[in-house]
Amino acid sequence: MIRLLFALIAGVVLGGIVHLVSVLALPRIATQDAYSRLAAVTKENAVTTLPQTEPSNALLPFMDPAFAMAVCRYDLSKGPIKLTVPVSQSYTSVSFYTRSDVAYYAINDRSAGRRVIELDLMTEAQHEALPEEEDVTSADRLIIDSPTATGLIVLKALAAEPGLMAQAQASLAASNCRVQTDPPAAQVKGKR
Amino acid sequence: MRLIFLTLLALAIATAVGLGLTWTTATRGTDLGTLTIGAWTARPRTGTSEIDPYARASIARSGELPIGTGDGVTFTATTDDKKKPLDGRCDVVVSGVTPAARFWTLSLYDTKGRLVANTLQRYGFTSQEVVRSADGAFEIRIAARSRSGNWLPTSALERYVLMLRLYDTPVGVATRTQKDAPMPAIATVGCP
Repeated sequence: MIRLLFALIAGVVLGGIVHLVSVLALPRIATQDAYSRLAAVTKENAVTTLPQTEPSNALLPFMDPAFAMAVCRYDLSKGPIKLTVPVSQSYTSVSFYTRSDVAYYAINDRSAGRRVIELDLMTEAQHEALPEEEDVTSADRLIIDSPTATGLIVLKALAAEPGLMAQAQASLAASNCRVQTDPPAAQVKGKR
Repeated sequence: MRLIFLTLLALAIATAVGLGLTWTTATRGTDLGTLTIGAWTARPRTGTSEIDPYARASIARSGELPIGTGDGVTFTATTDDKKKPLDGRCDVVVSGVTPAARFWTLSLYDTKGRLVANTLQRYGFTSQEVVRSADGAFEIRIAARSRSGNWLPTSALERYVLMLRLYDTPVGVATRTQKDAPMPAIATVGCP
């Protein structure tokens, strides 16, 4: 009897461990997470505009139908990324997600404060490798550190009325996301 | 023989308890860091890097992308203010005011997060298109059949989910009560 009780308690304790391990492992083993779904339809290091959210095309669950969306799936192993997004009429935002869909940074048109949102995305190692002077001289240049080498940049533009959707989509289509071709270190050497 | 049986029993309990708990928390969600105002709930921390492991497991399973905190915050409602589940065959009125935000959108989804098809192609309202009374308050009627004013069609779906998204808003991790964030009331006014 005591042995049976012991087996039950051991089972529940082990169960708790199984639960914790499986919760922590789930984001790693999930195959239908947002990144995997978007990876199938997007190009790497380029802006892909997504079709308008409608009942027939549910790319991701719970997407806001009032927004035009575009995705830049990035891989920083080839170098830092430069992102430019023209601001649309009503509201534009740029959100950054890691490979495991964690939103680590988001900015909207007002906090960017300009007609075009301009950002540099790099890994922490690449940021440290930047010459210090350059970091200072271009204080208005916004540099964002990505915790992972790969991830998603989601660009959204609000169509405040259904008729404005085409306009919102057009402003996102004009945005640009690409690997910086000229290495910043070499540029500074030339200046000296 | 008995030892083997007891070990197997303990392992079986461990698997059932562990995976069962993981399944329920990943599908139903947990109350960790949840902000509840009336019938509305939000998890502002889900849009930051401090997202808890349960929310991470949940988004990895569902495939949704949480809104980044610098972008906005999502409030979800599955019941009315009297805890009655939202029924698409009934008339439900969402009325009142919303917290301070540059824009908000209200959208209707089925329980899996898909938009609900209807002939009007109306899946929600934005703060700009909603018709308001003189004091700035609004009233949205959610019903299966056409209604005057702000009508949001349900297509007589049995259960649905409402999402109120606030964009560029001070509401977030620091918000605690109704005073900081006055949410609109949800009332079921009649069932056929």
